[in-house]
Amino acid sequence: MMNSNQSATLQVAGSGANHAPENTERNGAGPAMVLRGLHKTFEAQVVLNGVDLTVGSGETLAVLGRSGTGKSVLLKLIVGLQKPDSGSILIHGQEITNSNLEAVNEIRKTIGFLFQNAALYDSLTVEENVAFPLRRHTKMSASERADRVKELLAGVGMENELNKMPTELSGGMQKRVGLARALALEPGILLLDEPTAGLDPITSREIDELILKLQEERDVASIVVTHDLHSAKTIADRIVLLHEGNAVIEGTFEELERSDDKFVAEFFKRDS
Amino acid sequence: MSHNAKISRLWVGHDALQGTSLVQSSLASLWSPINGFLEWFGELGIFVWQVMRATVRRPFEGRELIRQLDEVGSKSLPMVAMAGAAIGAVLALESRHSLIRFGAKAMLPAAIVFAIIHETGPVVTGLVVSGRVGAGIGAELGSMKVTEQIDAIEASGVNPYKLLAFTRIAACVLMLPLLTLAADFAGVMTGWIATALAEPISFQKFLHAGFAGASFSDFLAPTFRTTVFGLIIGVIACFQGMRSQGGTEGVGRSATSSVVLSSLFVMLADVILTKLILVFFP
Ligand SMILES: Nc1ncnc2c1ncn2[C@@H]1O[C@H](COP(=O)(O)OP(=O)(O)O)[C@@H](O)[C@H]1O
Ligand SMILES: [Mg+2]
Repeated sequence: MMNSNQSATLQVAGSGANHAPENTERNGAGPAMVLRGLHKTFEAQVVLNGVDLTVGSGETLAVLGRSGTGKSVLLKLIVGLQKPDSGSILIHGQEITNSNLEAVNEIRKTIGFLFQNAALYDSLTVEENVAFPLRRHTKMSASERADRVKELLAGVGMENELNKMPTELSGGMQKRVGLARALALEPGILLLDEPTAGLDPITSREIDELILKLQEERDVASIVVTHDLHSAKTIADRIVLLHEGNAVIEGTFEELERSDDKFVAEFFKRDS
Repeated sequence: MSHNAKISRLWVGHDALQGTSLVQSSLASLWSPINGFLEWFGELGIFVWQVMRATVRRPFEGRELIRQLDEVGSKSLPMVAMAGAAIGAVLALESRHSLIRFGAKAMLPAAIVFAIIHETGPVVTGLVVSGRVGAGIGAELGSMKVTEQIDAIEASGVNPYKLLAFTRIAACVLMLPLLTLAADFAGVMTGWIATALAEPISFQKFLHAGFAGASFSDFLAPTFRTTVFGLIIGVIACFQGMRSQGGTEGVGRSATSSVVLSSLFVMLADVILTKLILVFFP
């Protein structure tokens, strides 16, 4: 209760959640993702304590927050890898917390997920990793698939590492392959867990540009967890700050930057 | 005097206290492993249910199944054959001694062949595969679990219970009888060699004497009971691997517990199945 009060007082005037619905109606369809009152507890540890978020189609939401505040858990709830204790998750209007496995799997095919540690299949080569979703869910011929994989890897600057094993790659390279794999099925929703962490500034910028391009060309709705303020500023339509289990503040980068809330100012200090 | 009484009361009180706490603590120390075991068993049941539910749905995962058949077969074949060979030689040397003493030397080939095919071949194969494949699957799936690869499979809309667990379990079930035949063959071969070295006998004669009076069903039930061993090894190794947690250390624990638990249950199943086979195929 205290937390929800807090979040209300922290709301930047004229922005935030109220902002979202306008954005979401961009192409007539409903919002891509609506999260309502998400609670998640591990044993005695409260990780999420009533999180509300809405992401419209074609919108990119950046999630900031200190390590261990439940950003990764939030993304896993959205694809149903973990179940919330309570709350609702609507993906394109469909509730996933009480859907059966077949329905959830259909939704999962429309979501590209990049894990914080890439989670590449270490018994498969780079090429096979990116081909995995295509092999499973499309009727592409082997040569079509090979072309598509090359194209995807070229998009993240990894087209020369086709036959390497994941263990032969640096963390940043694994991330890029993970991103290519997440994009393989042309998902309408992207959930990216720290896509630019561990990347050099040049590659980071390329990844940011890739995300922007997807947003423009295909109206991809994304949630991007990041610690990279520069990246957040570039790609995000809105930014939300997660703190002690709540989405404490929501707004555009400029709005948050101007905020005189102590915690928010603390968070943005390093950049200014 | 009253002082004394007070002291003795204190002592009694103390004793009684210690007594109950002893009972309590021993109850607790008895209860917690029982509780842990029941919990483990419950989770195992849920795991088996999830694998079964996944199995009846398409796709069949044929590619992965073939890969796993190859993996289980080629990984275990050398070890299984060697273990079978060693057992055959030992049986020949040992039984020779005792059979000569009882004046039943002519029974030697039959004694060796029956011992191998009925008991030692199947159980040695089960234990060798428990060690080799159990550890392999436990470690492989364990490391996939802790590095979130299993989550990644799930997030891409593929059922890991089928892609990973079902294929490995099926491979174990299908390969165990074949591996048992390999162990049996190696054992009969070395049994013959050890016998022939002591007293020349042709392989043909050895086989003829060894299989005299045996019917096909004598071999069928003992060999096919190893499918149950395969089921046990596959289910336990996949279960232990997929519930692995706690980083690299957890992977090690999964591998070890896979081997220990599957060996244990293979031996238990061996006793039960032997009794059942004796009842139904006397
Ligand atoms: N499977 C799990 N079991 C128990 N605790 C977990 C699990 N996953 C995450 N946590 C805990 O939840 C908290 C949030 O984790 P996470 O979402 O990974 O944080 P971050 O915001 O850095 O991504 C952490 O304290 C972590 O220990
Ligand atoms: Mg995280």
